[in-house]
Amino acid sequence: MPQNSHLRNTVAIPTQYRREKMTDLPTKTDRTLGLVIDLDTCVGCHACVISCKGWNTENYGAPLSDQRPYGTEPMGTFLNRVHSYEVQPEQGNAQTVHFPKSCLHCENAPCVTVCPTGASYKRVEDGIVLVNEDHCIGCGLCAWACPYGARELDQAEGVMKKCTLCVDRIYNENLPEEDQIPSCVRTCPAGARHFGDLSDPNSDVSQLVESRGGFDLMPEMGTLPINKYLPPRLKDSWDDQSLLAPLLEPVAEEPQGFLGWLDKALDKLPGGTA
Amino acid sequence: MHPAPSVIVFSTLSGLGFGLLFWLGIDPTPPTGLTAFVFFAIAYALSVGGLISSTFHLGHPERAWRALSQWRSSWLSREGVSAVLALLFMGLYAISLIFLEMNATALGLIGAALALFTVFTTSMIYAQLDTVPRWKTPLTPALYLSFSLAGGALLSGRVNMAILLLVIAAICQFIWWQRGDAALSDSGTDLGTATGLGERGTVRSMAHPHTAPNYLVKEFIYVIGRKHAQKLRRIAFGLTFVLPIICLLLPFSHVLAILAVLSHVAGVATSRWLFFAEAEHVVGLYYGMR
Repeated sequence: MPQNSHLRNTVAIPTQYRREKMTDLPTKTDRTLGLVIDLDTCVGCHACVISCKGWNTENYGAPLSDQRPYGTEPMGTFLNRVHSYEVQPEQGNAQTVHFPKSCLHCENAPCVTVCPTGASYKRVEDGIVLVNEDHCIGCGLCAWACPYGARELDQAEGVMKKCTLCVDRIYNENLPEEDQIPSCVRTCPAGARHFGDLSDPNSDVSQLVESRGGFDLMPEMGTLPINKYLPPRLKDSWDDQSLLAPLLEPVAEEPQGFLGWLDKALDKLPGGTA
Repeated sequence: MHPAPSVIVFSTLSGLGFGLLFWLGIDPTPPTGLTAFVFFAIAYALSVGGLISSTFHLGHPERAWRALSQWRSSWLSREGVSAVLALLFMGLYAISLIFLEMNATALGLIGAALALFTVFTTSMIYAQLDTVPRWKTPLTPALYLSFSLAGGALLSGRVNMAILLLVIAAICQFIWWQRGDAALSDSGTDLGTATGLGERGTVRSMAHPHTAPNYLVKEFIYVIGRKHAQKLRRIAFGLTFVLPIICLLLPFSHVLAILAVLSHVAGVATSRWLFFAEAEHVVGLYYGMR
């Protein structure tokens, strides 16, 4: 067998997956697989966006199309996008936060129940929210129901696309073990993305959420997202925390010597402040 | 929200069509023969025409039949099922009136109830969405039902009933607009809760994920025409309610009746355009927009 044969095999979703009747949500899932995203570590490089686009264009389901990729106003379907925000506290400096956003695989997923065809569903065995693209009529109502902008109607295929949590990687035994995680997690050079079972309190991801105070996006929507976000750590304060700070006080507030003379001389010239 | 023309045409025409079917269904002395044919032809042209138009915005219209399957959880599916059943019952009722000159009262009553329920399901597609605070209110079904009943009364020539219902619909519309303008800020959802960073300070969107707009921006953040919203509201209000009521209060003439109907239809279409164009989806917050 050629060495890279696994790359050409598309092993996919187990065909015998269990589903609830109709688009009702399962009352309980066996596991709740999801992502934990560390806003402290994310550097906003968009590598997860690109690897997601690549994997999900070449593998499960309709490819993620682009429109006018080299023209004016290029656009395309992405399952993961990185925003950048500025957080300005009441006192102190503003902080930049890079903010990757993809499907949160909500426990109470409003996108599933609104689906009129049964194409959208939440898997009982692992809680992943998927779209059966052969049944999707492309009405777009699930995207309307999602508060997070996690679903995008592919403009070329006319079907709804969303994060599959790389269901065709995580169970794909043709891939080396280290690759059996979502593409975005595998790619992240900063280690800002973590994948695991959030229903198991002892899993690495659950421990991270516990120790770092992981939180939900828009909890008031009642969607009960599986994916959690870890807050940026507070920045050190120079004055409080450095033992060396007193020794490093600026020695001269006003320029001395030659610079002091130059400062005064320039001020005396027309247009100066003196 | 992007105001898709096919959806506006659907909700305007179907609302009127099902409203007319409702009044035909509960009429104790319904028209028969040719008169009945004309009334039912208009009602079916509007309701079926609207339904067909609604399939134009689908990515895969050929699979639309699948939408009838998920009635247990989905309002959109319930709308499909209810519309098919309403048209079926009213069709049998119409055939008995047109060809047999026989009033099958029970069929008419069941059909009327289903016609009204169809309008209710349409409104619930919007009223169920937590993501669009302007729509998420029991006033939305009240708005759709009052519009449909008033339009149906107008089309079926019930002058006094039409005047009464137009006044009620006008009140619903006014309150709906008033509430809607504060709905997003009252919902408590903002960029702070969207990012979970609100307790640390004021969150501001610095950079969108991509330089050009995407599907989400085009679908959910529709800002064109918002600056004309107040003007369009006045135009919609005048066309939907004021002008038709004046026409109905004047001594009856067919010209005035047709003017009242045309004005009402144009007004409802304008109101429905605003229904979408003014609606803010919370996903806009992630883009620092609304």
